[in-house]
Amino acid sequence: MPEQLREISYVDAGVEALREEMRRDSTIVYIGQGIGPRGGNFRQTRGLCQEFGEERLRDTGICELGATGVAIGAAMAGSRAIVDEVFLDFSLEAMTQIIQQAANICYSSNGKIHAPVVVRSAMGAVRNAGPHHSHCFYGWYASTPGLKVVTPATPYDVKGLLKSSLRENCPVIFIEHKALYNTKGMIPDGEYLVPLGEARVHREGRDITLVGISKMLNIALEAAAALEKDGISAEVVDPRTIVPLDRPRIAASIKKTGRLAVIDEAPAMCGFAGEVVALACEECFDALDGPPLRICSLPVPSPFSPPLESQVIPSVERVVKEVRKLMEN
Amino acid sequence: MEKGTTEPIDRNLLLTLYREMLQLREFELKVQELYRRGLLPGFVHLYVGEEAVAVGVCSNLQPTDLIYSTHRGHGHALAKGVPGREVLAELWGKTTSSSGGRGGSMHMYAPEYGFMGTNGIVGAGIPLATGSALSAQLRKTGQVVVTFFGDGAVNSGSFHEGLNFGAVWNLPVVYVCENNLYATEMAFRRATKNTSVQSRAAAYKIPGVEVDGSDVLAVHAAARAAIDQARSGGGPTLIEAKTYRFVGHHEGDPGTAYRTREEVEEWKSRCPIRTFREKLLKNEGATLESVEQIEREVQQWIEAAVQFARESPEPAPSTVCDHVYS
Repeated sequence: MPEQLREISYVDAGVEALREEMRRDSTIVYIGQGIGPRGGNFRQTRGLCQEFGEERLRDTGICELGATGVAIGAAMAGSRAIVDEVFLDFSLEAMTQIIQQAANICYSSNGKIHAPVVVRSAMGAVRNAGPHHSHCFYGWYASTPGLKVVTPATPYDVKGLLKSSLRENCPVIFIEHKALYNTKGMIPDGEYLVPLGEARVHREGRDITLVGISKMLNIALEAAAALEKDGISAEVVDPRTIVPLDRPRIAASIKKTGRLAVIDEAPAMCGFAGEVVALACEECFDALDGPPLRICSLPVPSPFSPPLESQVIPSVERVVKEVRKLMEN
Repeated sequence: MEKGTTEPIDRNLLLTLYREMLQLREFELKVQELYRRGLLPGFVHLYVGEEAVAVGVCSNLQPTDLIYSTHRGHGHALAKGVPGREVLAELWGKTTSSSGGRGGSMHMYAPEYGFMGTNGIVGAGIPLATGSALSAQLRKTGQVVVTFFGDGAVNSGSFHEGLNFGAVWNLPVVYVCENNLYATEMAFRRATKNTSVQSRAAAYKIPGVEVDGSDVLAVHAAARAAIDQARSGGGPTLIEAKTYRFVGHHEGDPGTAYRTREEVEEWKSRCPIRTFREKLLKNEGATLESVEQIEREVQQWIEAAVQFARESPEPAPSTVCDHVYS
């Protein structure tokens, strides 16, 4: 009998993952601002404090450096910790602890000390929040050996990847997208995990591979639907985790279609899109029928005014236009 | 606030404190020699002159208690019980230490001895130790966590945020500031207006204690009170141990450009090891024979450590990518 599916929102899928894992593992402690009785700025911990109490849901003041260091220290001593930075932008206050301490400890200690900490936050330009609440800094973490970087796009992946992240023994940077919190999707009733490092092909196609993570998966899927009307068959791949990156599955798609466009909400310089383009050049060079494309946010700080902000982030229209141009050559 | 007070203490412990301080001193002088001969890679920051702090504090700890150290951390590792030969092997980049040569002086870990690491980032151990104390509290392990840091750390955000967490959550952690008056070359009095570190404890509503960091018994007593308080659920204490490094900031810095010769000599005249030796012989009834025997044994100990570390194998290049992800 096929398993029952039910609808759930992206944010509630995260809450469900936390509830299941906190029941399963009594050493999990959750640290962050407003994550206790308030249930999280984005309702991302709603109801958990009522079940697990303020001992395990540790509300903090606004002090990401200390809170993150405390979470890492707790993880080093035998707990499993989640620290919620709320906005990815705020994790920069704690970057020295994440990069210089958490990411190094296992290696420098010769595998003797582990830091099983999930650094959770939300990214992305939403409702004109401006440059201090909108950025997509995942590339900075992805370039640090010792960290895994997870960027779920769907409720199914939020739940499965968050549960897997909470069973990793190394630090995981878990980044949700603010614009996706209210989106809905189907998940099974029973328990499931999504392993880190497995890309998912969301749409099969013949002519070009569109790679997008997080909210850019939705842009890629909408663009693919529009391109189909022009007779262009696009395959859409979501790597789901930047580190580890599922190079074989991405390469297989590029070899099949012969073309690549990466859609990335971060600016292009030294970023995720460039990494996937490098993968195409290194592993699929002979299969390429055209130059790989990077369709990224413009290299500007996130602007406030709506007509400016809408220019910055890759849009369906921009993706369709650039892919058409590529296909004409 | 109250000063650390001394109390009657048994003879065996006194001799142990002397032995350990001497081990720390002789170890660092040997490291200095080996480094100057070009045998040790990297950079080393020596603990010469500050031995009474690490020994006075750690002599109160259980093997399962945890400590977090600093860039000047060889002494802390030894005082917590990490074997000298393993510490030296790590400084040599050899495989026979707990960290297998992957960390070196400033990134050395030996969790099997409760040694949670030296640290190349000033102040970084303060939030980490606070978090480990949270874990101990939540898991009810009965452990106490001690973090050492210098005066250079106390103007950082890590100090403020870490102590604030330790205080508000009443965690079993002891904050030990080794105030040696200089952060690299920067005099503490030039870096801050309030030069009393212990007075900052009031900002977090925890006890602050100032203690003579050259007096191992005073440090021992102050640390014992703080550790007992932490273990019994009474929360953290900030201890300020006034101390001094007899050497430069790192090996290679003569340490004289920013400190007067008179100041250095004045502190050396209160050498924690020599003054304690005199006290043992004069006031505590220790025999010259027992003290000299310790001194001979420490020499043998350091020579054996050198031989062990020198003869230990280097890591195989093929292992370079091991342990990046656990």
